[in-house]
Amino acid sequence: MRGATCAKWAVGAVAIALAATACGGGGDGDSAGVVSASWGDPQNPLEPANTNEVQGGKVLEMLFRGLKRYNPKTAAAENVIADKIETKDSQNYTVTLKDGWTFSNGEKVTSKSFVDAWNYGALLDNKQKNASFFQYIDGFEKVHPEQGTPTAKAMSGLVVKDDKTFTVKLNQKFSSWPDTLGYSAFMPLPQAFFTDHAAWVEKPVGNGPYTVDTYEKGNVLKMRKWDKYPGDDGAKNGGIDLRVYTDNNTAYTDLQAGNLDLVDDVPASQLKNVKADLGDRYINQPAGIIQTITFPMYNPRWGTGKEKVRQGISMAINRDEITKEIFQKTRTPATDWTSPVLKTDGGYKEGLCGDACEFNPGKAKQLIKEGGGLPGGKMTIAYNADTGSHKDWIDAICNSINNSLGNDNACVGAPVGTFADFRNKITAKQMTGPFRAGWQMDYPLIQNFLQPLYYTGASSNDGKFSDAKFDKLVDEANAETDISKAVSTFQDAEKILATQMPAIPLWYQNGSGGYSDRISNVTLNPFSVPVYNEITVS
Amino acid sequence: MGRYVIRRLLQMIPVFIGSTFLIFFMVYALGDPVAALFGDKAPDPATVQRIRRDLYLDQPLWKQYLHYMGQIFQGNFGTAFNGQPVTELMASAFPITLRLTLVAIVIEMIVGIVLGVFSGLRRGRSVDTSVLVFTLVVVSIPTFVSGYLLQFLFGVQWNWVKPSVSSEAPLDELLLPGVALALVSLAYVTRLTRTSIAENARADYVRTAIAKGLPRHRVITRHLLRNSLIPVVTFIGTDIGALMGGAIVTERIFNIHGVGFQLYQGILRQNSPTVVGFVTILVLIFLVANLLVDLLYAVLDPRIRYA
Repeated sequence: MRGATCAKWAVGAVAIALAATACGGGGDGDSAGVVSASWGDPQNPLEPANTNEVQGGKVLEMLFRGLKRYNPKTAAAENVIADKIETKDSQNYTVTLKDGWTFSNGEKVTSKSFVDAWNYGALLDNKQKNASFFQYIDGFEKVHPEQGTPTAKAMSGLVVKDDKTFTVKLNQKFSSWPDTLGYSAFMPLPQAFFTDHAAWVEKPVGNGPYTVDTYEKGNVLKMRKWDKYPGDDGAKNGGIDLRVYTDNNTAYTDLQAGNLDLVDDVPASQLKNVKADLGDRYINQPAGIIQTITFPMYNPRWGTGKEKVRQGISMAINRDEITKEIFQKTRTPATDWTSPVLKTDGGYKEGLCGDACEFNPGKAKQLIKEGGGLPGGKMTIAYNADTGSHKDWIDAICNSINNSLGNDNACVGAPVGTFADFRNKITAKQMTGPFRAGWQMDYPLIQNFLQPLYYTGASSNDGKFSDAKFDKLVDEANAETDISKAVSTFQDAEKILATQMPAIPLWYQNGSGGYSDRISNVTLNPFSVPVYNEITVS
Repeated sequence: MGRYVIRRLLQMIPVFIGSTFLIFFMVYALGDPVAALFGDKAPDPATVQRIRRDLYLDQPLWKQYLHYMGQIFQGNFGTAFNGQPVTELMASAFPITLRLTLVAIVIEMIVGIVLGVFSGLRRGRSVDTSVLVFTLVVVSIPTFVSGYLLQFLFGVQWNWVKPSVSSEAPLDELLLPGVALALVSLAYVTRLTRTSIAENARADYVRTAIAKGLPRHRVITRHLLRNSLIPVVTFIGTDIGALMGGAIVTERIFNIHGVGFQLYQGILRQNSPTVVGFVTILVLIFLVANLLVDLLYAVLDPRIRYA
């Protein structure tokens, strides 16, 4: 217990201890080649199907490898444990696993590891927050009914053939389904997870390039390189210490003082100085996040027949100036409803939105006039005031709209106290005007940017947009086996959004980070999580 | 004395119940926390229903409160959203904050009283004036400015200390945050001591003591200081509670995983078991600290007796 002895020593030597810096933190004896990185306390227990935010996601990225993994550079879904995933009809899949994969406790990764994990994640009794990711598997509604208790423990669509093979039957055609399998909810789990769940959550065991050394909840999680890792993306450093910071400003200060190696969230207040402070050790690269202003289509003041007004508002926003002045270019003005991380092949198309996303005050004014003007002569944009400093940019957007329309009172921000309250109002369809919305992709597919958000009745269709033609095109694209054809059909659907404008694309969000001169080869993956295993320590 | 203590302890019960109910009610009024667990995504209704039932959120407020209080008396403070029992959070957070508070109290007592005595005894002279100006400056700078400033100067610019506190939070690392936390109270302690000393220095008993030929340091420490410290002790006593609960800003700046951090996170995530549990303990600490202050009066001032 190095930390404890250090503390005791400190008690006796308070007076001369001001300059002592050898205690605690990253200075431990086994720290050769270990990178210290900033972290936030994960919101949920570290179960794969229960982790839906980036802090827990960081750990899972180090701790697990699934059937597929998204290439940190290209975002393409590549086979890892899967040898092949075959289908003839885009609905019945046969998954074959590679040899030689084990969990760090020695247990083999078999088809059962996957099937059991997925059934656990889907079962309503386990209250996993990512349960809906299994909704395309046949039999999901039995283990996860909308109402009442489950009538089955396992999904009928999952069948183990042997140790290396299992079949999956989906309840609809979904040609890009295999590409969704890189998401952390689909990771395999060792039997220890089910037999001694409490112990597993205390110290998770996975099959990724790192193992959990110690986990002090709320303080520090020490991940160490797993020497026997069978994959070819093994850790190039001795380990990662994820340290919980109370505030990203403090983490940044620690980086400046040489007390921390990696921050992956540069505080907004430091964006102006970060180039001067860190030089080329500052990372600013696109992530799969798009910010929009969504309209409550269920509200007659904004719904059907108001297309021109919605388009006009979009054209009244000066995206270039706001991304430059407020975000210091850590956002890029959006010209479609996806993200540049998809790349052109994956469905990102610059300029798909056309004129409707170009700043054009004259046209904006005209369109809004033709559409019957703003309902009641003014509008509000709702946002949550507790986190994320949304006020600044919402005010800037309103300012931009007011200038374009030549009316100082046309638009004001409408803060909602807490994020939970904000979300509750949206889910309860109580929004009376447009509101801010952000979407972080689950997997780098164009489908993930369109279907969950704009398909009739879809899970995250906050504005309750519904368009028969859009739905039809999405269905067609999902059934299409040819990937490039599927992508172009999705883009046809996306063009409907450009004419209907149920949500105004604002900007693509970048991931940002900075690192010390002790480490190199630091990049962020498309989910804006650092690619920890590639980091080298000098 | 014993009866007085018992009476005071009994008086704490309604205060305790009232304050926990108020806190419970206020956290509840923030709205339903479950939706926020799903981020920007619309939550799936079946899972939400289960989580709400598990957290007792589907019951009316008064039932929730009774259930919660029932659990508390069995030593169960509930579970945070990440699956950790709140008692575990308390066990890690309270010792750290307590240490930070003690560091701050010691600093504010030593520095504050010494400065106060000096300026009180030299009323109107240059020492007095400069101490007054110093305290005025300190009082008018908010903690988040002085905290960041100290952190930047000592941690980054001069590199004397680590700008953040590690998870074990040893005493030496808490010195700088302790100073930041103590600064404002220190100024008040200085001013209180100064006024009190200046007033009592002309009191009859001091003149008597001097006339009896007692040495100066004995007059000051045994007679003058003992009587002058009563208002200071009151202030420090109430300050313990305020410092423990009010260290949120300091704890955030210096990355101290104490009570303030847990409270901040609990409020942000609307995790009522964390918030109510921590505040309940803080209320208890405040009540006990007040009782101790009242008892200290009797020690300091022989004229005060408790029946």
